[in-house]
Amino acid sequence: MMSVTRRYRFSASHRLHLRDLSEAENEQLYGKCNNPFGHGHDYVLDVTAQGTADPVTGQIAMRHELDRLVREQILHAFEHRNINLDVKQFENSVPTTENIVLVIADLLKEHWSAYISGPARLSRIHIQETDRNGFEVLIPSAQEEMEQKKDPELAEVHG
Amino acid sequence: MFITRKAEFSASHVCRIPFLDDAENWRLFGPAANPNGHGHNYIVEVTVEGDPDPRTGMVMDLKDLKQILEEEVVTPMDHRFLNYEVPPFDRVIPTAENVAAEIWRRLDSRVERPGAKLAKVRLFETADLYVDVTRGSGSL
Repeated sequence: MMSVTRRYRFSASHRLHLRDLSEAENEQLYGKCNNPFGHGHDYVLDVTAQGTADPVTGQIAMRHELDRLVREQILHAFEHRNINLDVKQFENSVPTTENIVLVIADLLKEHWSAYISGPARLSRIHIQETDRNGFEVLIPSAQEEMEQKKDPELAEVHG
Repeated sequence: MFITRKAEFSASHVCRIPFLDDAENWRLFGPAANPNGHGHNYIVEVTVEGDPDPRTGMVMDLKDLKQILEEEVVTPMDHRFLNYEVPPFDRVIPTAENVAAEIWRRLDSRVERPGAKLAKVRLFETADLYVDVTRGSGSL
């Protein structure tokens, strides 16, 4: 089994804050990340495509197609932005890196086939928020999804 | 349990499809299509899976893995022009995918021993591009 991973970077600010909690409760829950003025990170985004190397091009997914997808659909929205204020998916949700990974996964899934010409599929998204914090979601293949449905216990563990 | 050993080699390559013209090769491969070639500092991370031997406490002797990597990857590929000097890249485009698959083929049988087998080859072509090869269904 083979995959190719392309790494991208974006710098953005965010603030972790829940509107329905008091200032004190937010401070207790999110600590420094609740600073009212926000703070920023240099995020490192890994996008993984799984498949086989095309016999002519030798590539699982063409780099220029992956780059254009990520540039137009992800980096344009996140690079040098205030994620709370500038990214519409976070109008009503808190921009933890868990939620950022999920939003990026949804965007990549939605736009994948419009940009990627071959049969490669999106299989993984990893974000390094800082050198010490990493976040990852795996996207199951259609076959893996079917197997999980057949075995609900497995789905619970890996879901 | 998984153990991983890393090795590095620097090599040049060119990504071109011979029957396509310059413009089409540029469209597919960008600057990597420059016919004169260009180079990378490749990093290969080789992961072996197994249970530690009850006596030696080792999944596999890392000295052996280092030696195999040296013989199969570093010596033949370091400071070489892959397309001209390292078969099968005289006829297979040395994309990161194809180089990683070739490294997997070279290592797989040599690493295999009772209780240990090759689990993953990760090849970094640059800090921003890497390929994983793992055991599993489907061809390489």
